[in-house]
Amino acid sequence: MPGETALIVILLLPFMAAFVAGFLPQTARNTEAWLAGVVAVIGLGLSLWLYPQVTDGGVVRAEWTWMPSLGLNFVLRMDGFAWLFSVLITGIGLLVVLYARYYMSPSDPVPRFFAFFLAFMGAMLGLVLSGNIIQMAVFWELTSIVSFLLIGYWHHNASARDGARMALTITGTGGLCLLVGVLLIGHIVGSYDLDVVLASGDTIRDHDLYAPTLILVLLGALTKSAQFPFHFWLPHAMAAPTPVSAYLHSATMVKAGVFLLVRFWPVMAGTDLWFLIVGAAGLSTLLLGAYFAIFQQDLKGLLAYSTISHLGLITTLIGLGSPLGLVAAIFHIVNHATFKASLFMAAGIIDHETGTRDMRRLSGLRRALPITATLAMVASAAMAGVPLLNGFLSKEMFFTEAVENHTGSLLDQSLPYVATLAGMFSVVYSLRFIHKVFFGPDAVGLEKEPHEPPHWMRLPIELLVLACLIVGIIPGITIGPFLASAVTSVLGPETPYYSLSIWHGFNLPLLMSIVALVGGVLIYLALQRYLSSGIEGPPWFRNLKGQRIFERLLVTLSWRWAKALEKLLGTRKLQPQLRLLIGTVLLAACLPLFMGRFAPNLSAFVGFDLGFATMWAVGMACAVIAAYQAKYHRLVALMLMGGAGLVTCITFVWFSAPDLALTQLLVEIVTTVLILLGLRWLPKRMDAPELVRPATLMVTLRRYRDLLLAIVAGLGTAALSFAVMTRPAFDSVSRFFLERAYTEGGGTNVVNVILVDFRGFDTLGEVVVLATVAITIYVLLRRFRPAAESVGLPEQQRIQADFDAEQPHRRPGDTLTDYLNIPSVIMQWMFPVIIVLSMYLFLRGHELPGGGFAAGITMSIGFILQYMAGGTRWVEAHLRILPLRWIGWGLLFAGGTGIASTLFGFPFLTSYFQYLEVPLIGRVPVASALLFDLGIFLLVVGATVLILIALAHQSVRSPKAARAPRPLGPVGGEQ
Amino acid sequence: MDVAIALLVGAFMTLGIFLMLSRSVIRMLLGLALLGNGINLLIFVSGRLSREAPPIVPPGAYVPEGAIANPLPQALILTAIVIGFAMFAYLLILGMRAYQSLDADHTDTMRLAEPEDGPRPPLSY
Repeated sequence: MPGETALIVILLLPFMAAFVAGFLPQTARNTEAWLAGVVAVIGLGLSLWLYPQVTDGGVVRAEWTWMPSLGLNFVLRMDGFAWLFSVLITGIGLLVVLYARYYMSPSDPVPRFFAFFLAFMGAMLGLVLSGNIIQMAVFWELTSIVSFLLIGYWHHNASARDGARMALTITGTGGLCLLVGVLLIGHIVGSYDLDVVLASGDTIRDHDLYAPTLILVLLGALTKSAQFPFHFWLPHAMAAPTPVSAYLHSATMVKAGVFLLVRFWPVMAGTDLWFLIVGAAGLSTLLLGAYFAIFQQDLKGLLAYSTISHLGLITTLIGLGSPLGLVAAIFHIVNHATFKASLFMAAGIIDHETGTRDMRRLSGLRRALPITATLAMVASAAMAGVPLLNGFLSKEMFFTEAVENHTGSLLDQSLPYVATLAGMFSVVYSLRFIHKVFFGPDAVGLEKEPHEPPHWMRLPIELLVLACLIVGIIPGITIGPFLASAVTSVLGPETPYYSLSIWHGFNLPLLMSIVALVGGVLIYLALQRYLSSGIEGPPWFRNLKGQRIFERLLVTLSWRWAKALEKLLGTRKLQPQLRLLIGTVLLAACLPLFMGRFAPNLSAFVGFDLGFATMWAVGMACAVIAAYQAKYHRLVALMLMGGAGLVTCITFVWFSAPDLALTQLLVEIVTTVLILLGLRWLPKRMDAPELVRPATLMVTLRRYRDLLLAIVAGLGTAALSFAVMTRPAFDSVSRFFLERAYTEGGGTNVVNVILVDFRGFDTLGEVVVLATVAITIYVLLRRFRPAAESVGLPEQQRIQADFDAEQPHRRPGDTLTDYLNIPSVIMQWMFPVIIVLSMYLFLRGHELPGGGFAAGITMSIGFILQYMAGGTRWVEAHLRILPLRWIGWGLLFAGGTGIASTLFGFPFLTSYFQYLEVPLIGRVPVASALLFDLGIFLLVVGATVLILIALAHQSVRSPKAARAPRPLGPVGGEQ
Repeated sequence: MDVAIALLVGAFMTLGIFLMLSRSVIRMLLGLALLGNGINLLIFVSGRLSREAPPIVPPGAYVPEGAIANPLPQALILTAIVIGFAMFAYLLILGMRAYQSLDADHTDTMRLAEPEDGPRPPLSY
């Protein structure tokens, strides 16, 4: 198997397994663990197998095209440093899986846990193996998202939800900064490929954008690694199940930040700005984390703050900018992962066995948990930096670097003192952890009787502690080669000489270690009183909670300010919103007008035609009166609206748009019928005296303001259309359509060819909208019962009925029966004529004005005329129209024509045309577009008729008020 | 004549907007129809006006000769007319249903989802 395949398997396997894990049954705890374990073993095995290829600066690289248009490739790249991380991720992942198998209770939803866990492993591997910096940012965000899910795993728990949300907000925001940062790097370097980026360190450091780029990348790294002042999410993330904490906060999630710092170290480090930001953040985190850790009462809280402190140590080492510092940093990354993972697991066992993590309640556990106690003690000693353990070695290297002179600044000068102080603090909290939990009298009042956990649960700790010991005693032959390959891959030829031996003779760093150890013990003894008081948190800083500041900030930003803004600008009424919208559009439209220095070209004011002008004047008058009458005289308004529509229609005829004129005319007819049908069921004119309120001044003012706004908008539009008309036409895509309509579309009516051929997909979408509307209306009206006020007979019918009643020889209803009898007969006779007209319009559509839509509307007008002439019951007794079927067939035809072209290997809706010899008629062009048009025709008929019939049926329905109220007494069987 | 048609567009837009700013549902509906006409005409004039030259390829020719009307805005407007019709029909029926279910043809009284004195939407963090 070549290296490339191994890389992609390492990356993809966890994601695929995560998918499978998510679908396993709730009770499959063992299967899940086996699945996750096997994935981790394969990943670990493949990584180990790749080791010979990454020594001495070797790189395994695999590349696939990702977005070639942007020059982006999906690159997997493993060098010595990425290898080290891969082994940490898969190796510690394997141990955590084993541990989690025993930690998770059978009542927990394990599929979710293992699915997220595996996805996290995959995201983390993707991050460290990325050979493209954009891809790296993507996996980076993926780790944030999956860690959110893992931290919030027990989502019934409010603290888990809060902790998860906080972690996501902070690391996610950092991730966005990182994304912008890598985009800037890509801009500076001209490539997103990691190898290219790593080779252009000087270009980046000398660029003008170096400072913003650095700050953005650092924001990403420092938030992820929980560096001060972004550290506070980490302690709250302890609400996660302990295996998650052991994994995320030892080897993976928080290490991603320092991974990134080391990755970009060769190209970004070494400047004053780097030292200032990274060094200061690291140093303050180192000290504050250690100080806070001393005063935690929660076991995991102590470990969380100690993690923050150790990450601060690593960050400080990276910030120094010296190659030796980097070696120490990488070394400490590994050491910290081993002892911290084991400590988290030990804390989890204690929690599991006693039911509490509160150190105030824990005591004397060494008798009940002798083996766990021993393991935890060794791991804590490593954390404290006791000789013969791995923590001691990297801490010595840190002290050595601390006393070196780097920049000579105040920060640099204070380094040895701060380092020693932090060393003391770490001794204090390690000591406290051991002394408080395992020594002293037996704990009382525990929920459970503690005893040693199953051996398999303890095995991961044993292995990790063993690693601490071996590395601590014989570092040169255990970790040495791997560390060397990792360091070489980052530093290349700059790799300094370093020694991993335990004994360097009596020197200043050793003295600092001794001071730290002794001082730590003394401080612990001095703090006994304060610590035994059981107060959570350190003196002085106790009340300064990062979480509270964060929450206040969030509440202010996303709630208070938003609420204030809503109060200021928001409204619960429709009209102000519309007014705002129109005002904004007006402003937006004015902007280009002023910027482009618009001046109307009045010289074009020629060719005044009295005929046109009169017609348009009529149109405007119609519109104005329609608007004026809209409130009280709806029928008048409706007629005048029709007039305005007709003027539009004539304008289309006059200016060479026969298709538009035809369609507009037909749609006007249907719309008018529709409103007439609808008005019957809408409230009548509001002229009842109690309903007409005298217009107050406010109302009048409001109406004038609206009118003013409308006039300004109208004048603007008028100016716009005038400006457009008086400028020469530019060469648009129209030429393309004109030239190809006949030669490629096979039709002479260019507009129709555009609709059914060139832009056929748009038309398909449009008729689907029509069908959707028709069906929606059908559903809306299916159970509709008219309002009680509209139930009575219309006024005209009432007058006719009264007339009938007065005449001795007439019965009520006679006039109605004879009403408009002659027009009715004519309408019925016209039916076949209209159908033929519709066919005619349909068939000529490709060549001359017409087409499926116009034909469809015509056909539906034919149907609705029958309804008007004969009444609903009469038509339905004689004609069976099934509009839903028409819609269905129409969609099938239109869509089917499109799909048919894909069957022949052409894109969707490609049309085909051919001439056909038809007897008697001669050569006829036959285009597949005609079939498409047929679909449109059928659909339009169906949709329009469905809408109109749904409305017409209202008069047949028994009205709402006619539903008799239920009798209150015993229900008789008389009905 | 450019001025005249520009004024027609302006008038349709003005009255359309004015009616749409009203609170009565029926007036809003009529306003929508007028606005639609105005916008269609605006798109139409943006393709420039030409007389007696419909975009139809004359018989016997493959490509239309000489000045010819711009087919693109026409195709756009044809679609716009259909969508406008569908929109109008839908709103009309919605208005009817609203009158029946809410007994309101006035936007200020349509307050089923957000009653005037009802509590604000949940704002807790």
